Amino acid sequence: METARSKWLWAAGSLLILVWTVFPILWIVMLSFKQPGEIGNRHGFLPHTWTWENYRTVFRTGLFTSALVNSIGISLIATVVGVTFATLVAYAIARLEFPGKRLILSFALAIAMFPVVSLVGPLFNLWRDIGLYDTWPGLIIPYISFALPLAIWTLSAFFREIPWEMEQAAQVDGATTWQAFRKVIVPLAAPGVFTAAILTFFFCWNDFVFGISLTSTDNARPVPAALAFFTGASYFQQPTTAICAAAVVVTVPVVVIVLLFQRRIVAGLTAGAVKG
Amino acid sequence: MAAITMSDIVKRYGDGFPAVNRVSLDVQDGEFMILVGPSGCGKSTLLRMIVGLEDITSGEMRIGDRIVNTVAPRQRNLSMVFQNYALYPHLTVFENIAFPLRLAKVPGDEVDRRVRDTAALLELTEHLDRKPAHLSGGQRQRVAMGRAIVRQADAFLFDEPLSNLDAKLRGQMRTEISRLQRRLGVTTVYVTHDQTEAMTLGDRVAVLRKGELQQVGSPRELYEQPENLFVAGFIGSPSMNFLPATPSGTELRTPLGTLRLDDQRKVDAIGDRRIVLVGIRPADFEDASLVSHGKRARGAVVRARVDVTEWLGNELYAYVPYEAPEDVAMRLRDLSRELDSDQLRTQAVVALDPSSRIHAGDDVELWVNTARLHLFDPSSGLNLTRDEDAVAALAAQSDASREAQRAAQRTETQEVPPIDPD
Repeated sequence: METARSKWLWAAGSLLILVWTVFPILWIVMLSFKQPGEIGNRHGFLPHTWTWENYRTVFRTGLFTSALVNSIGISLIATVVGVTFATLVAYAIARLEFPGKRLILSFALAIAMFPVVSLVGPLFNLWRDIGLYDTWPGLIIPYISFALPLAIWTLSAFFREIPWEMEQAAQVDGATTWQAFRKVIVPLAAPGVFTAAILTFFFCWNDFVFGISLTSTDNARPVPAALAFFTGASYFQQPTTAICAAAVVVTVPVVVIVLLFQRRIVAGLTAGAVKG
Repeated sequence: MAAITMSDIVKRYGDGFPAVNRVSLDVQDGEFMILVGPSGCGKSTLLRMIVGLEDITSGEMRIGDRIVNTVAPRQRNLSMVFQNYALYPHLTVFENIAFPLRLAKVPGDEVDRRVRDTAALLELTEHLDRKPAHLSGGQRQRVAMGRAIVRQADAFLFDEPLSNLDAKLRGQMRTEISRLQRRLGVTTVYVTHDQTEAMTLGDRVAVLRKGELQQVGSPRELYEQPENLFVAGFIGSPSMNFLPATPSGTELRTPLGTLRLDDQRKVDAIGDRRIVLVGIRPADFEDASLVSHGKRARGAVVRARVDVTEWLGNELYAYVPYEAPEDVAMRLRDLSRELDSDQLRTQAVVALDPSSRIHAGDDVELWVNTARLHLFDPSSGLNLTRDEDAVAALAAQSDASREAQRAAQRTETQEVPPIDPD
């Protein structure tokens, strides 16, 4: 009796949360398929007439396509550089004893907690002075520094999980510390590296504050910022449907990445390493 | 192949606690040395110092004629089998075994040949393409051994390699390791806390206690001529019984009864001590009713009440509780705690012939083989009756038997030459 009831409660709760989270996304998707003129004139959740018009508009707009290129490029570079650094730092933190280890960890945490908005002003001035304003590096650098703490924490937790003996075995087998790291530790930590990479990528991909403050033209403006400047196909219509279409376009990669890598993240690669 | 020479090795941790204290030990070329002791005695630490995973606080470690105190593990040319096997889960069995060869930049076809030879030796050929996660415990164990023997290491180090296997498999792997070591003739240091492994595998056994070396010798020497109370209690299962005794002349008054000493040497060894500990192995007791008349005269007969009996088919264990003076009882409790057994009461364990009809609760007569008893000083724990002549004879005997075994192995391997792939 009790189990049946709690099952029902769980199901009801899950359904509630599912509706709560999926509804806004569905709404945006539906809006993106409506005709621009439909908004405000017709009621209803589903589009009256389905149309790809908005998507065509979005991809015809130079503002969006260049922003897409910027977003992809900046996010990828920041992710690769950030995760590489984070891997090395996290390994050192997990494995080596050195003075100031705790300091580095607490410092990383402090950076993660720092309000981004308070830094934007000074950065804006500094970047203009040294010529980084409205460039890719101008966004990549702050992204890396803000994504690093999270990546370091995730990865060092992962490295700690890997049995010390793996590495010692490699050393006895004739590996240098670097070889042991590269041939044994990194492959074993791959799920962790993927997790960290995905988190970093999302952080960069979703950022709005830096994106809108540190850019002024198509040179480096990423998608979230570009959406705010969106005007749609003509100046006489509300660009709501086009913005929705653009939002759907930038959400798709995120969904795809999560679907692709969730198995890798979950798969326990270390299974069987030690007696299990 | 090389000898390993340790002199005055000390390992002190940050808090000043010496995990290994002034250990000097010679492992000869080709010898199978066992490091044994209760948990926390420093045996694994010592092994890890040999391989270089643990720094040496002071002392000198030599492998062959090279001092290796500060040499990195990868340059010591030793191979090690870890307790958890430490296989690389992302590599296949083949690549796991090949790992040390790949690091040494051995050419591909040579790697292939040697890995396949090793796999054939360990019967792993059909599993070469599998990942460690899909292997059974015994197979993982063999892969770990394959990785150790695939390259020509100067010595093999084993850190409790069988402790994760079930009892039956452990027995099989034990003989496997023994055969492999004799066949390859490589210096081996093997850490274990298991009695049987220590007694059956080793040419010599080193017993450690709280980081200090207690005794090094052949298994037989440790069993028959233990140097002190600790070694006597540790070696042998069930362990030796220690009875407090007050000597008077040639007689020893124990809680179980009076034992007469026939051996003048033992009587002399007591000196003017007021109290000694008598050590009697469970097997040196017998059911007096089953002992022939002539034999009966050569020992002593005591009367005791049996508390519990355990019939095992090939043996019958009887437990005989006895009273001991408080200070001696304390000493014995400390000892048993150190031996990881934590016995609550002072009792003697007696191994009898399984045909004996003794039951729990019976008052029985037990015959004691007094020729085999040991006497220990209760405060220092030293064995007062250790016979140096017998020790020397035992050492010579074990050396001879080892040589004979080696010779037999050599002819055996000549008769069955290794299969050449070409």
